[in-house]
Amino acid sequence: MKNQQPRLLTLFLSVFKISAFTFGGGYVIVPLMRKRFAEDLGWVQQEEMLDMIAIAQSAPGPIAVNTSILLGYRVLGLKGALVSVLGTALPPLIVLSVISYFYQAFRQNQWIAALMNAMRAGVAAVIVDVVWTMAGNIFRKRQATPVLLMLAAFAAVWLFKVNIILVLLACGLLGLMDAWLRSRREGV
Amino acid sequence: MTLLTLFWAFFQVGLFAFGGGLAALPLIRQQVVVIHPWLDMAAFTDLVTIAEMTPGPIALNASTFVGTQVAGLPGAVVATLGCITPSLIIVLILARVYRAWRDKAAFQGVLSGLRPAAVALIASAGMSILILALFGPGARIALEAMDWVALGCFALALLVLRKWKPSPILVMVGAGVLGAAVKLLLFG
Repeated sequence: MKNQQPRLLTLFLSVFKISAFTFGGGYVIVPLMRKRFAEDLGWVQQEEMLDMIAIAQSAPGPIAVNTSILLGYRVLGLKGALVSVLGTALPPLIVLSVISYFYQAFRQNQWIAALMNAMRAGVAAVIVDVVWTMAGNIFRKRQATPVLLMLAAFAAVWLFKVNIILVLLACGLLGLMDAWLRSRREGV
Repeated sequence: MTLLTLFWAFFQVGLFAFGGGLAALPLIRQQVVVIHPWLDMAAFTDLVTIAEMTPGPIALNASTFVGTQVAGLPGAVVATLGCITPSLIIVLILARVYRAWRDKAAFQGVLSGLRPAAVALIASAGMSILILALFGPGARIALEAMDWVALGCFALALLVLRKWKPSPILVMVGAGVLGAAVKLLLFG
């Protein structure tokens, strides 16, 4: 199995299966892709795979989609990128179309309605848990700028309903300025 | 025309969602609840629940769900394509540029500004969902309106998540089943 010549069909089936059977989004899918393509198939080096994940996370868009594009492009060029992104996008398209068609019927069922309502509390807990961990990482760095940016961005979005895209652009620019000022201080 | 609007709405989501599926949620909310009258806040929260419960990237699940609700299967395909297209363009460019820029302070600076913003965005989405789970759609935030079963489910789910780090899907389903059972069996 290891170090086979990369093939389009194998690429497609691998990403399709990972996307179809992985619950929990990009942060769960990416480690599985790493295991499949670096460890099982040996198409890319472990280090290359880590680089790809880093690029995928710094680019906009779903992380799993970005990683699958990079992977496909790396092993089989543009053709590989397209096949790979297709394999990632098809399972959600199929599953969610089916669920979405039955959504109205679902919603009117008393048990399902109660289940969905109660599940909201669980979703909120999952999101609070993620934020807790991520915010903790930012506080632990003990730098003023990221902490201030985080609090200011939250206030802007939550309290003042500022357009999210403006907030992101502003934070990117402020991060750039901060890095520039710091490099000048250290350079002089 | 609707299809074009759908494509453009999810193109913007794909273009500005830094940090994966959870970061895409506030952008999706902005597009489908605030800017376009496609879903109300309760339906949006169902969307989050369904997108997290089903396998695959969360942002793609959400695109498919909204697309189907707005314009059937063509809507689902168009929304998914819209969400993926910015990734395809940007990631392929980044893959080439990355090696040359990897160590540039400016690149790192922009990223260091975007990361705290992403946390703030997720926190803001979490707050909206938590308030909906505890007080219901449209209800005012007051002690009398508090759904105590939901609060209990939320606190328990968060405790379990922090303590044992189980799979989020288990926690969400667990909270749903527990909350629905308590409500329907004890309170009819």
